[in-house]
Amino acid sequence: MIDFENVKLKVNDKEITIGAVLRSDGSTRKNKTGAWRSKRPVVDFERCTGCGVCWSLCPEGCIEKRSDGKFEADLDYCKGCGICANECPRKAITMVMEEK
Amino acid sequence: MAILGLPEEEYFACGHRACAGCGAAIAIRLITKAAGRNSILIEPTGCIEVVSTPYPETAWRLPWIHGAFENPASIASGICAALKAMGKENEINVVAFGGDGSTYDIGFGHISGAFERGHNFTFICYDNEAYMNTGIQRSGATPYGAATTTSPAGKISIGKEIWKKNLVQILADHGSPYVATASIGYLTDAYRKIKRAIETKGPTFVNLLATCPTGWRSPTEKSIEIARLAVETGIYPLYEIIEGRHVINRPKDVSDLKPVEDYLKMQGRFRHLFRPEKNEKAINFIRERVKSNLELLIERAQKNL
Repeated sequence: MIDFENVKLKVNDKEITIGAVLRSDGSTRKNKTGAWRSKRPVVDFERCTGCGVCWSLCPEGCIEKRSDGKFEADLDYCKGCGICANECPRKAITMVMEEK
Repeated sequence: MAILGLPEEEYFACGHRACAGCGAAIAIRLITKAAGRNSILIEPTGCIEVVSTPYPETAWRLPWIHGAFENPASIASGICAALKAMGKENEINVVAFGGDGSTYDIGFGHISGAFERGHNFTFICYDNEAYMNTGIQRSGATPYGAATTTSPAGKISIGKEIWKKNLVQILADHGSPYVATASIGYLTDAYRKIKRAIETKGPTFVNLLATCPTGWRSPTEKSIEIARLAVETGIYPLYEIIEGRHVINRPKDVSDLKPVEDYLKMQGRFRHLFRPEKNEKAINFIRERVKSNLELLIERAQKNL
């Protein structure tokens, strides 16, 4: 059995694994795509009923359930597309311009 | 645990490079949830391949193989044969998915071959209606009247002048036991169909409409709304073909349809149909063709064909 993860080949001065095999561990998480965002979703937790529609429709999969059963986006990854704000049945999410 | 009937586990990690508002990324989250842990995923070149695996990173938490543009169905055939030899064909789901470029055009011969041989796998097309990854070129799935870089709209041209290929019917005619259309605008319906396709033995196909804000020139927050309107206007009806028999999900009747303009107006790729003046001829053609297509589907469903 070849140890696909640890045997490295040198190609153009770069080390790569045989067959470019990688562990399926979701390592893109180190890439914080939140920096792409120009607008940020702000949830009105008074209105949020925790239905989960935003969670199901987020292209990032970055909306997480809080301990109180309501949902909030992880701003490290949220690209600010605004689908959650547009689809929220209670209109509990507003998109606010990011300022630096 | 499940939320809205969907499993809570995420198999497609955050930090992937899909554009904001990407419909295909929503589709992939849904497909991986439906497939579950005991699955092998096969994907050709395309947007999702590029955004998910910039080496040495990967967004996948499931076994995933990248193949060349044309051969996801062939790789799936090989995996099915290997699983059969190992006696594990009933334990592991083989799910291949590609964009419409791979499914409708480049990989079509291979898909046809795999369906004819009758391997036990599911092919899902996340249909964003053009080659979006390489910069919006027309494909067999691009709808009539859409402007792309290789079907530009101008003084004489109205964009693509050919109707979308009816791949769903073509694959049903291969004798597939389950073929369906789904849209990310109706997520639970799409989840049910993908799940059913995976559970059905034999080669099965789901065409999943996925909005592309970059290529359709639409606002990122409207991705789901547009995918829902495509169904409500009848441009993209939701139906299943089970063992060769049609079942219509929605819209159920031609009289329920919303005007096609509602759908077309929201997207920049159809802008030339409204500016400088409304192109009544082209829009009438779309309206009539949409109506006759839906009537045909309803007739088949009523006659239990």
